[in-house]
Amino acid sequence: MLLLLTLCYTEFKGRCVTINPFVYQLEDISKSYAGKQVLSVDKLVIEKGKFYGIIGPSGAGKSTLLRILNLLEPPSRGNLFFNGIPVTKMGKHILDLRRKMTMVFQKPILFDTSVYNNVQYGLKARGYTKKDITKLVHIALDEVGLTEFANRNARSLSGGEAQRIALARAMVLKPEVILLDEPTSNLDPANVAMMEKITKRLHEKQGTTVIMVTHNIFQAQRMAEEILLFFKGKLIERGSTDKIFNNPQDERTAAFIKGEMIY
Amino acid sequence: MADIWTGLLQAAKLIVSLDSELLAIVFLSLRVSGVAVTTAALIGIPLGAFLGMRLPASVRWLEKLINTLMGLPPVVAGLVIYLLLSNKGPIGHMELLFTPMAMITAQTVLAIPIITGLSLVAVRDKHKEIRDTAVTLGASQQMVIWTVIREAKRAIVAAVVAGFGRVIAEVGAVMMVGGNIQGSTRVMTTAIVLETRKGNFEFALGLGIILLTIAFIINSLLYRVQGEVRNN
Ligand SMILES: Nc1ncnc2c1ncn2[C@@H]1O[C@H](COP(=O)(O)OP(=O)(O)O)[C@@H](O)[C@H]1O
Ligand SMILES: [Mg+2]
Repeated sequence: MLLLLTLCYTEFKGRCVTINPFVYQLEDISKSYAGKQVLSVDKLVIEKGKFYGIIGPSGAGKSTLLRILNLLEPPSRGNLFFNGIPVTKMGKHILDLRRKMTMVFQKPILFDTSVYNNVQYGLKARGYTKKDITKLVHIALDEVGLTEFANRNARSLSGGEAQRIALARAMVLKPEVILLDEPTSNLDPANVAMMEKITKRLHEKQGTTVIMVTHNIFQAQRMAEEILLFFKGKLIERGSTDKIFNNPQDERTAAFIKGEMIY
Repeated sequence: MADIWTGLLQAAKLIVSLDSELLAIVFLSLRVSGVAVTTAALIGIPLGAFLGMRLPASVRWLEKLINTLMGLPPVVAGLVIYLLLSNKGPIGHMELLFTPMAMITAQTVLAIPIITGLSLVAVRDKHKEIRDTAVTLGASQQMVIWTVIREAKRAIVAAVVAGFGRVIAEVGAVMMVGGNIQGSTRVMTTAIVLETRKGNFEFALGLGIILLTIAFIINSLLYRVQGEVRNN
């Protein structure tokens, strides 16, 4: 017991927070826009180092959940913990917490400057030295196979290249969590395969927790260890990929994975 | 018809010979409008950027007001400045009426809403698009603001150019507060009005050609900048 107390996984306001196997804990989280509730999650924990796939019909609240997890928006109600630290109130420490996670959107928004400057953006925000930045950006560009693009204007890239740069720009930060919101929906098969390979490698090599929203149930099956299925703002089923695909409990899950649900 | 041709010929001669009065008028025009637009940019860009990022829906009327002021008739701006600067006005003692300073003030007032309004729209568009990305990459609030402004750079330049185009061609305000005094407050537009009235067409035409050339250059710049904006 004493030993446990002396171990300090992470510090918060000088206080020691005990070892916590969860990256996120959600308690009675809900989000409403103009009085209309679009997300409501009673209880959800996200374990460190796992690869999660979030599936569900359009409008189910998947993006809303990701935005809340990335601390882009506060939930309307409920408690959210990151590494055991309460983050429901958007306080001063939000920036520090937010810098441990990042997100890649469906449509990559690259800044109107060189590819290199795009990839170094988050590192600069974190105050890395120029020397470290050069090294890290080079490695990240190499990961996504676009080293020779460093000096090109990012706006001149194709959709697939742009999304790979967006991924490199996120990966270079070595985040604890990476949130992917339908990152391959707009891509051609070759780029989808590449994105999947890079993401898997990131997960396996760096132990990054990955939470990937996808429209493509086969992609979820290929990539995720655990699946969360959302329907009309509610988490209706969660479980290992194997269980979800071979032995779904909820009939809506069964319909969804068979592609019978219209969305 | 012959009048126009001889007029044009004389005008060309005046320009080519670098007529000193003509040059002085052109330079005063450029100076007044240049200083006015620079001042307006220093006020309008930060104001527009601030409003573009922070304007809550409850004060949308402010945007409508700015849009209305973008079309402010120059004579109205002139009238207001005139009243402020005239002997009986609140700052009449500074004796600024009928000086280039008065003209700069009037044109600044005309250019501020244009630069503010166009910057506001530019920054708002970029803010919507870019904020989330910058934030997810760990940018501080300050860094987000700089990123948005940098991304809106071209549209902001276009806003400034548009402001310059408006004031350099404006005649009502400078006429009222400048007084069109020879060698002191006579600019291209007021000179054209006067010389035309006097029947001094070659001088008016010469200035007209120069003004048109400047407008053309400004428009080419604008097209180029906007073209780049669209290509993004
Ligand atoms: N900023 C917003 N304002 C109003 N409604 C929103 C906003 N964002 C999302 N919604 C609504 O919330 C619901 C869930 O959206 P979203 O989380 O994007 O779903 P998904 O990503 O699963 O398709 C939708 O009905 C959507 O219209
Ligand atoms: Mg979505």
